[in-house]
Amino acid sequence: MGKQQRYTFDFWMVASTLILVAYLLFMVYPLSTVVRQSVVDETTGKFSLRYMKQFFSEPYYYRTLINSFKVAISTGLLAVVVGTPLAYFYTMYEIRGRKMLQLLIILSSMSAPFIGAYAWILLLGRAGVITKFIQANLGITIPSIYGFNGILLVLTIKLFPLVFLYVSGALKNIDNSLLEASANMGCTGLKRFFTVVLPLCMPSILAASLMVFMRALADFGTPLMIGEGYKTFPVIIYNQYIGEVGTNQNFASAISVIAIIITLAFFLFQRYLSNKHSFSISAMHSIERKKASPVGSFFMHVYAYGVVAISLLPQVYLIYLSFRKTSSAGIVFLPGYSLKNYQQVFSNMGGSIWNTIRICGAALIIIIVLAVLIAYLVVRKRNLANSVIDSLSMIPYIIPGAVVGISLIKSFNNPFMPLVGTATIMIVSMVIRRIPYTIRSSVAILAQIPLSIDEAAESLGAGKIKTLVQIIVPMMLNGIFAGAIMSWVTLITELSSSILLYSFRTQTLNVAIYTMVAKGADGRACALSTILMVFTVISLLVFNKFSKDGEIML
Amino acid sequence: MEVWIKIRNAKKKYGDFVAIPDVSLDINRGEFFTLLGPSGCGKTTLLRMIAGFNTIEGGEFYFGDRLINNLDPAKRNIGMVFQNYAIFPHLTVRKNVAFGLTNRNLDKETIREQTEKFMSLMKIEEYSERLPEKLSGGQQQRVALARALAIEPEVLLMDEPLSNLDAKLRVEMREVIKEIQNRLRITTVYVTHDQEEAMAVSDRIAVMDHGLIQQIGTPKMLYQRPANLFVATFIGRTNIMDATIYQEDKGFGLLFDHGYKLPMNNLKNVQSGQAVKVSVRPEELIINQQRERCLKAKVVYSTFLGLNTHYVVELENGERIEIIQESLIDDIIKNGTEIGLTINAGKVNVFTEDGSSSLVF
Repeated sequence: MGKQQRYTFDFWMVASTLILVAYLLFMVYPLSTVVRQSVVDETTGKFSLRYMKQFFSEPYYYRTLINSFKVAISTGLLAVVVGTPLAYFYTMYEIRGRKMLQLLIILSSMSAPFIGAYAWILLLGRAGVITKFIQANLGITIPSIYGFNGILLVLTIKLFPLVFLYVSGALKNIDNSLLEASANMGCTGLKRFFTVVLPLCMPSILAASLMVFMRALADFGTPLMIGEGYKTFPVIIYNQYIGEVGTNQNFASAISVIAIIITLAFFLFQRYLSNKHSFSISAMHSIERKKASPVGSFFMHVYAYGVVAISLLPQVYLIYLSFRKTSSAGIVFLPGYSLKNYQQVFSNMGGSIWNTIRICGAALIIIIVLAVLIAYLVVRKRNLANSVIDSLSMIPYIIPGAVVGISLIKSFNNPFMPLVGTATIMIVSMVIRRIPYTIRSSVAILAQIPLSIDEAAESLGAGKIKTLVQIIVPMMLNGIFAGAIMSWVTLITELSSSILLYSFRTQTLNVAIYTMVAKGADGRACALSTILMVFTVISLLVFNKFSKDGEIML
Repeated sequence: MEVWIKIRNAKKKYGDFVAIPDVSLDINRGEFFTLLGPSGCGKTTLLRMIAGFNTIEGGEFYFGDRLINNLDPAKRNIGMVFQNYAIFPHLTVRKNVAFGLTNRNLDKETIREQTEKFMSLMKIEEYSERLPEKLSGGQQQRVALARALAIEPEVLLMDEPLSNLDAKLRVEMREVIKEIQNRLRITTVYVTHDQEEAMAVSDRIAVMDHGLIQQIGTPKMLYQRPANLFVATFIGRTNIMDATIYQEDKGFGLLFDHGYKLPMNNLKNVQSGQAVKVSVRPEELIINQQRERCLKAKVVYSTFLGLNTHYVVELENGERIEIIQESLIDDIIKNGTEIGLTINAGKVNVFTEDGSSSLVF
């Protein structure tokens, strides 16, 4: 008797079917194309592991993997070393300009890493201002910024804020009485930090360092810009796919698959670790911030603002350069100041600003709508199909951006769905890459809303769509909005898949900066970077205004 | 009286776990009917089946003559009050109360009038433009009730509506609920695990345990003539004592340890020598100074509670039982005093040894 009702038209069934179809079409099918291609010989068209063998037998290739690991592990460690004390000082002690400090820390994580790399080259490169200054005045030659050192520097600056956010979140959940109890039993100061505070933060530190590791592993712009001979595997994928000489698409696919497998392994390892070490703490009385001794306080301020200053130095320098006079081609900086760079940018590159707004805007709207629907299906309508959707939506976590880009090009370069070169394909890739984060945060918000709210609406005669639109979404709004701004910032600074997917009609700001830097047009690149930065800062300020407690999910 | 909610052989399963094997009951129009039982007894499950939030694995549910098994919750015309109130936090009190009405395509004027009427009935009109988070628990409860009533439902369902309130407010709100229900005479199904609350508000109560109905009756009936040992212990306080049936020329009686005999005149289906369980409520025990032809006991400790004084006493077999006596102006009996007890035979209840059924009529 109950069956009849279960099979009638239902908004949620339609939604889950459509979402499933979209995932199959835009993610599963493209990725399976890549996987298939990786094990098929280009010339014979038969099954072959030759590309896999080739990768692991030639040092030129497998060394990229070793390089990537070196970079990712070092970045993970260094980010923890830099970020954890910062979070500790920030949560436990009075620091002047707290709000400002937090904003600046987050800001330093928000720019595209390759822009940071570019600025560091201008500062510390062979012809960098600091390099020259030190050489001229002190006669010392500073170590090269190119290669491993530079990549590590740039990625650490970009990613330590993740550790900061995770760890300060964990510290906020430590109940003050735990600290008082340990003091009561004679454990204070550094000893307390290492025996009580640090272990309590360990799950968060682990989670954060893995996040840093994964992002460092998949980052592509930084090594390309500052790595020179030091190649990491995203660079190899890109070169094999799109480079000037000797491209081999099947080989690129094979490397992609290797990358996915390795990332997956790390992801599962982290899951295992965090499950093993998980415990839940929540503070009834949060830690009260103390005033440190004058000396301690001095060092904390020096440390906190020092880290922030170093992180923001490249961006500040770019802003400065953007107002400098340049030669007519924009390559050489001349003495004096002008707005010429901006004039040129607006007259030639206005399209890329508009592209950024329209493509990222469309992607953002789709992400929010889909994420809310998926969150609702996952939390409220558990069944087989929706569990599949839940698992599918997690996959992009472990797929490097370049692989998403390649898989989409491979799959939609056909007469049935000729999407290559369109804005649609850019939007699809952005949605796929960002949506897992938005889904996770939406799920967390929705899980806080008791089921009886839905039932109350239903028993008062509201239909499914009305319940969603008038009750559930408004209740989630604050959280959704905060998440949306973070997504927006991520989208406008996205490079690794856009660089593969863009055409002259869909060039975004970030891609424009990249191509310009590659061509050597410095003045305009600086102007564009500044514009992008302004976008980011405005978004952050808006976020701060709307987010209740400044909680940020990156 | 007209039967309004009719449930026949209701069955509920969660996977392999049978939450409700087989329940049938009738609820009259205008009645205040309570499902009472310990947590996990299936009372909320049954309520949610009536509301339409739980699937029904078997049996039939009727409102009047209408089979509602497959009717969408939105179309059942029920008002529901939830344990956590489920007030929409982003809507003002007024909009919360009006929410159900706006789903019915009524004109603005009717909605406004109806909303005002129920806000004033629940005495929340002064908060009408506030957001719920600015209200106290009791006020939120009033909003939830006004919202459920505003659509003038055929049936009002309440799922432990008072469990989140403090003790004093709980008593106050249950009187409000009872009074409103009396005034509107709306058929109400109320779920609670608090037997005192159930007694205070209900016309009739169904006591549930392990997904089955143990007894349906008025509060008075459940208290004075419980159908089995579970109901006797769940409703009110009681002492359970072992005894055997004896037969004398006058009829049957109860033989307690150490030879105390209690002649009974309302036993049924008993035979001499049968072991039974006797439920003696604390107020059904009478303290005597003399110990002849009495249960012999020794006072362990006493608690003075104003109107009544509670004694915990130890019988000769070491068993402890509780006695409630109206407080006297005389001294409280001292700890360690030896006393004799007699039992009010008209009020005690006798059950089979397994406790499954009553042996009194």
